Amino acid sequence: MSLIDLQHASMSFGPQHVLRDITLDVREGETLVLIGESGCGKSVTMKLMMDLLQPTQGQVLWDGKPIRSRSEKQITRERLKFGYLFQQAALFDSLTVFENVAFGLRQNKRLSEQKVVETVHGRLQDVGLSPDVVVDKKPAELSGGMRKRVGLARALAMSPAIMLYDEPTTGLDPIMSDVINELILRTRDREKMTSVVVTHDMHTVRKVADRIVMFYPLTRLEPDEPQIIFEGTPEEAFACTDPRVHQFIRGEAGERLTELAAA
Amino acid sequence: MSTTTLTRPNIIHAVGETVLDGVRLVGDLTLFALKMVWWINWPRGGVIWPIMYQTGVLSIPVILITGGFIGMVLAVQAYDQFAMMGMENQLGTVINVTLVKELGPVLAALMLAGRVGSSMAAELGTMRVTEQIDALTALGANPVRFLVVPRFLACFLLIPMLTIVADGIGMLSGWIFSTKVLGVHSYYYWHHSFNFITAYDVMSGVIKSVFFGAAIAIIACHRGFHSEAGAEGVGKAATESFVYTFIAILLIDFLLGTFFMKFYYVLWPGDVSMV
Repeated sequence: MSLIDLQHASMSFGPQHVLRDITLDVREGETLVLIGESGCGKSVTMKLMMDLLQPTQGQVLWDGKPIRSRSEKQITRERLKFGYLFQQAALFDSLTVFENVAFGLRQNKRLSEQKVVETVHGRLQDVGLSPDVVVDKKPAELSGGMRKRVGLARALAMSPAIMLYDEPTTGLDPIMSDVINELILRTRDREKMTSVVVTHDMHTVRKVADRIVMFYPLTRLEPDEPQIIFEGTPEEAFACTDPRVHQFIRGEAGERLTELAAA
Repeated sequence: MSTTTLTRPNIIHAVGETVLDGVRLVGDLTLFALKMVWWINWPRGGVIWPIMYQTGVLSIPVILITGGFIGMVLAVQAYDQFAMMGMENQLGTVINVTLVKELGPVLAALMLAGRVGSSMAAELGTMRVTEQIDALTALGANPVRFLVVPRFLACFLLIPMLTIVADGIGMLSGWIFSTKVLGVHSYYYWHHSFNFITAYDVMSGVIKSVFFGAAIAIIACHRGFHSEAGAEGVGKAATESFVYTFIAILLIDFLLGTFFMKFYYVLWPGDVSMV
């Protein structure tokens, strides 16, 4: 069953076209990984999925029903079934780690303060952080890996059914990257969660993906070419003969430097 | 021939684009303000107090300096001309009327547009580009209610108070400079001032400052919310916030100034003291 459907979704920011006629679904229980070059619209696609952005054309469906057929109040309520790990964690600078993780709980759930404390501490432990050490710290006092994990704890505190990860391992050292990958897997297995991961990291792709969708930048496509150039399992992706997919997966520059210089 | 054909549409296109951009901006600002009004309520959980501290308490030094210098500059500028006509004892009138009706509210608002408005635009702009505003939405909080409403209330409530402080300190500094440096007699200074300043003048200045406060908050939050990516985008949001607020303050001042003058004659048809 599809939890999220993008139907012929296009997205532009002023004169800049980012997505064109994207049709894509997210199935219950799977881990869908979106790959593609920087600027090809992967993160925008994920924001469309959560209704943080609205497509300029086409529509997005949750549970088979167009998002925009719901009232704003319903959208806000149903959006809480999503957890979102932002690229730079997007922790609130003015709040402590505890307040960050407790934010969604305090906003949306009528819990006693003791229950909030228990949940926050539990989620911080789940992501490998010691509550006693970090709860009173401000985001600026944390390393990149810690920020990502606090961001993950904040998202998980709301017990979401669908987790969206926007470049979860970008900017982290290989060990911390693998810690994040393990957390994605552990979260999926323990909470039976559906996940969507945007990444450039092939190690993450190999480790967590059930299905892969590859986007291509509109600037490099002819007007009638589809923007999604590959959809399939990791095995199929790594065996794919399409030179564009092959080049991306192997991380080969090819003629790109010459093309960039000419552009 | 071909050059003319190419140039003319370009100029028309550029003017048209600028006009359309202006219309879009005003429309967008209006919708943003309506959205803010829809969500207005007293913020929960003490969110507003740090914002009020930033807006009100930390602005006091700037307001004291602004008000103080306005009073003294008015004294310096007006004294020679009044002395030439032997009317130096009327100096208090011109300083105090100008202060409470015009310069106090306008200059205080302009200073606060720089200090408070730009800081709000930069703060919200940073939150926009670091996806903190998206994170609020993702966590079920309405960003307008959570970020804009407290800032609007702080400006709406505190900027009139800061204007009163600026007026007061301006009157005080104008009096000290006029009497101690320029040698105007203190009794006549206040006597003539009180003869000319009416409660209507004071109220019109304060009411203007309420509108200035609202404009500062709405424009600053709007620019912050629509900040473009990167440090340059945030800087641009802060600059645009100040420039647009500056224009809005002057426009509101002109419109309300005209309104209060007309309204005065509606209330007191035979009175010519506004002339």
